[in-house]
Amino acid sequence: MSRRVVITGMGVVAPNGTGLDAYEQALRGGVSGIRHIPLLDELKFGCRVAGVPQGVDEIAGEMFAEEELLAMNSSHRYGCIAALDAWTDAGFDRPEPEDDAVFWEAGAVIGTGIGGLDTTGEKLVPMVDAGRVRRLGSTIVEQVMGSGVSARVSGLLALGNQVTSNSSACSTGAEAVVEGYQRIQAGFAERMLCGGTEGSSHYTWGGFDSMRVLCRKFNDEPEKASRPLSASAAGFVPGSGAGILHLESLESAESRGGRIYAEVLGGALNCGGHRSGGSTTAPNPVGVQRCIREAVGAAGIQPHEIDAINGHLTATGADPREVTSWATALDLTPDAFPWINSTKSMIGHGLGAAGALESVACILMLQGGFVHASINCEDVHPEIEPFAGSIPHETRELPELDTIIKAGFGFGDVNVCVIFRRWQA
Amino acid sequence: MEKSGIQSKVIEIIGRYAKDKDAAAAATETTNILDDLKVNSARLVDVILDLEDEFDIEVEDEDADAVNTVGDAVALIQSKLA
Repeated sequence: MSRRVVITGMGVVAPNGTGLDAYEQALRGGVSGIRHIPLLDELKFGCRVAGVPQGVDEIAGEMFAEEELLAMNSSHRYGCIAALDAWTDAGFDRPEPEDDAVFWEAGAVIGTGIGGLDTTGEKLVPMVDAGRVRRLGSTIVEQVMGSGVSARVSGLLALGNQVTSNSSACSTGAEAVVEGYQRIQAGFAERMLCGGTEGSSHYTWGGFDSMRVLCRKFNDEPEKASRPLSASAAGFVPGSGAGILHLESLESAESRGGRIYAEVLGGALNCGGHRSGGSTTAPNPVGVQRCIREAVGAAGIQPHEIDAINGHLTATGADPREVTSWATALDLTPDAFPWINSTKSMIGHGLGAAGALESVACILMLQGGFVHASINCEDVHPEIEPFAGSIPHETRELPELDTIIKAGFGFGDVNVCVIFRRWQA
Repeated sequence: MEKSGIQSKVIEIIGRYAKDKDAAAAATETTNILDDLKVNSARLVDVILDLEDEFDIEVEDEDADAVNTVGDAVALIQSKLA
């Protein structure tokens, strides 16, 4: 059984905009969501900027009950807002808690890279260490368990199909999309809420800061700090937020007359096995290229049909290697190379949410007929220079934009690649 | 502290966890915390912790297990404060 799978709803909580309209406007305008975080000064971080969604507690206060909010850390708030928005954007009402009907045909794969470290760092560890276990209460486990976010979403929406949280570092969000796509394609579900969420916590960012992979050189100019593709790229900027896509079988979407944004044409997942230069923190380029080729094969298209690449492109030394891998895997010379951009240039690296936040950006670009600017790379990296003509420094209106390929490459040498095509009825 | 004062504090605290806010607003001594106010049973732990903070008391597990209604909670607090 192999069925077509389409995207019929989306929700997003991003550092530069919450809600589809605000996010699209920010992407079109090249608006950075990176801000200075005073707490990081106090704690002597090297990197003192980050991407944190704004005004979320107010939105959460209107969306969720007081009792629910007591057990919802930032990762839960972002993920649940995006999931509920995706559900209603797809044309479904939020069910009443008293209604015992369950949507057995609908499930969720909503992952996270690090999880609820704000809860762990602010409550769990200090209270346990102080001998105050008894005072922890009932709300800790559901906030720190790996599947906490998908569990909360299933309760809010009465989901009855598979409900799980995947975790594959920076591949997580896009991997969730491929997982849900495959499940619907195989006939095990009709609808899946797929994506990722990552909370905003200095405990999450600390380990990366100590690895010296975060940008330390632009603390005074937060909006310039995230510089994928640039010669002056100096490490990634930690981000946070959530993106959720409502995937649906084409049959289900058509039978209910649902609005269709785009089709998931194909996707691939693999791991480089930590060989050929790969490790937990570096990709095996052979794995990366295989993943891209497998996605293209699964989509049943030729590389020249790809109009744009939304890269993983984090603003580390890996960017030039990534561009080379794209060119090698797609067997495209610079003159035939599609547009390539990095959403992280505006929102930073959302870790487990990154692939989902960026997939939402891809669908908005297909729907709106534009390729958003990849900001802060006026000084294109010398090794990327041959492809410089493919980088949009300003947002380009492209009404004919049809096919976007999106990739994520994560710690653990794991790769994901997914291809979206604009829906034309 | 007077019984009525204790009871209104108890209802306020339990109200935080109640899914049925209308029932919480109209709660009386005989209101059942789980059945009538639709409090998630896991949250009873948090209710007890909040009551301990509010009234500066310590509640043993066995005593906590015996609290089913608003009146049970009020009686428990009165006995601790006595």
